[in-house]
Amino acid sequence: MLPILIKGLTLLAGGRAVLDDFTAEIATRGITAIIGPNGAGKSTLLRALDGLVRPGRGTIAFGPGGRSPAPRRAFVFQKTALIRASVVRNVALAVEAEPISAAERAARVAAALERVGLAARAQDAARRLSGGEQQRVAFARAWARRPDLLLLDEPTASLDPAATEEIERLVVALRDAGTKILLVSHNLGQVARLAEDAVVLASGKVAEHGPVDRILKHPASEAARAYLKGELPWMSFAGVS
Amino acid sequence: MSLRVSVAASAIGCAIGIPVGALVAIARFPGRAVVVVVLNALMGLPAVVVGLVVYLALSRSGPLGHLGLLFTPGAMIVAQTVLVTPLVAALTRQIVEDADGELGEQLRAMGLSTLQRARTLVFDVRFSLAVAVLAAFGRAIAEVGAVLVVGGNIAGHTRTMTTAISLETQKGDLPLALALGFVLLAIVIVVNAAAAALRSHAARRYG
Ligand SMILES: Nc1ncnc2c1ncn2[C@@H]1O[C@H](COP(=O)(O)OP(=O)(O)O)[C@@H](O)[C@H]1O
Ligand SMILES: [Mg+2]
Repeated sequence: MLPILIKGLTLLAGGRAVLDDFTAEIATRGITAIIGPNGAGKSTLLRALDGLVRPGRGTIAFGPGGRSPAPRRAFVFQKTALIRASVVRNVALAVEAEPISAAERAARVAAALERVGLAARAQDAARRLSGGEQQRVAFARAWARRPDLLLLDEPTASLDPAATEEIERLVVALRDAGTKILLVSHNLGQVARLAEDAVVLASGKVAEHGPVDRILKHPASEAARAYLKGELPWMSFAGVS
Repeated sequence: MSLRVSVAASAIGCAIGIPVGALVAIARFPGRAVVVVVLNALMGLPAVVVGLVVYLALSRSGPLGHLGLLFTPGAMIVAQTVLVTPLVAALTRQIVEDADGELGEQLRAMGLSTLQRARTLVFDVRFSLAVAVLAAFGRAIAEVGAVLVVGGNIAGHTRTMTTAISLETQKGDLPLALALGFVLLAIVIVVNAAAAALRSHAARRYG
């Protein structure tokens, strides 16, 4: 069902091109990081890939030659959207539309809660959980959907280091289960730890696409250099570069 | 009488108004903006006008005249339902639309259909909706214009607290009118206190 072939993706919003002739081929396996400054269009790209927004122009195709059906997808948003109900009920929403039996739904939800370490909190009110636990609910939803493609939009942006580490472990587990992952993150240490390749996005265009190590150490494009320079103090602090 | 008519009208109003309001909130269809404006306008319908329209519909020569409802409690329920349904629908539309702004994209990303999303959002905002429902009930039980026109204020049959109050006031029996007024006020206060208690319980329990 993969790779992802994106050609000429253009999306206008608020009178300007949020995505501007975005073209990339994203590999079948592993974790691909999407990096770039705020407002570059990273979230919009993920939403277009999930079919949540319709591009004005361009195509998104899957599989060799772009002839596969769209892969099963899950999306973890930067801000976890939880309803006023128990943890288990929130996770159950993720499989409510799946064409499977009620028993299988329940089994998948239970397995997902187990996987993210929230089985004991299943009956607690989801909105009362800590930020890190709420994000684990979001990952339980993703896990329950058994996605081929997982879209992560700054999944650890508001978490402390311990919670971040837990989320990173879940990301690795999902990747090891065979899920292709697109990771938007400003945490370049995290990008270096998790991703194989990175797409540098600037003003809705691909500035650069290549192996993470090379891009972080020797950015070729002016846009990537400018972005990384802004982030450098953080990087050296994280022991990267 | 007041209670039964207003409870029945509020129940019917919710059964219609909540699903309609929720679907208008999240469905995208041509003319949606017009529907929203009309709903909001209907919310403020003068009760007497509603009474008049329902009177015309139910009168012997009206389109629903054969039901023989005029000057019965049934007619009062119909009139109050017409009064209350747009109120419930408009409030539901606003509440669900706000929740959709917060949760809608996540729900769509999980592949939920429009109906499933409407159901989920209504469930999410159930405590705020309870307040909307009580507002509707409050409007129903406190209004006098519509029930007077279509009910006729027949003692022991279609007399409500509000119509009794206006009658006693006209007759000059102010103490009785006042006493009835206090009973009505007490009902409204109890209902609203219940709403406030429900809300604070919900906020503590679910955040
Ligand atoms: N629906 C929209 N209407 C207007 N502007 C939008 C819309 N969606 C995104 N934008 C704008 O597009 C730009 C890119 O947004 P986004 O994809 O969220 O960037 P990033 O995630 O890289 O920070 C921002 O300037 C944002 O304000
Ligand atoms: Mg973003």
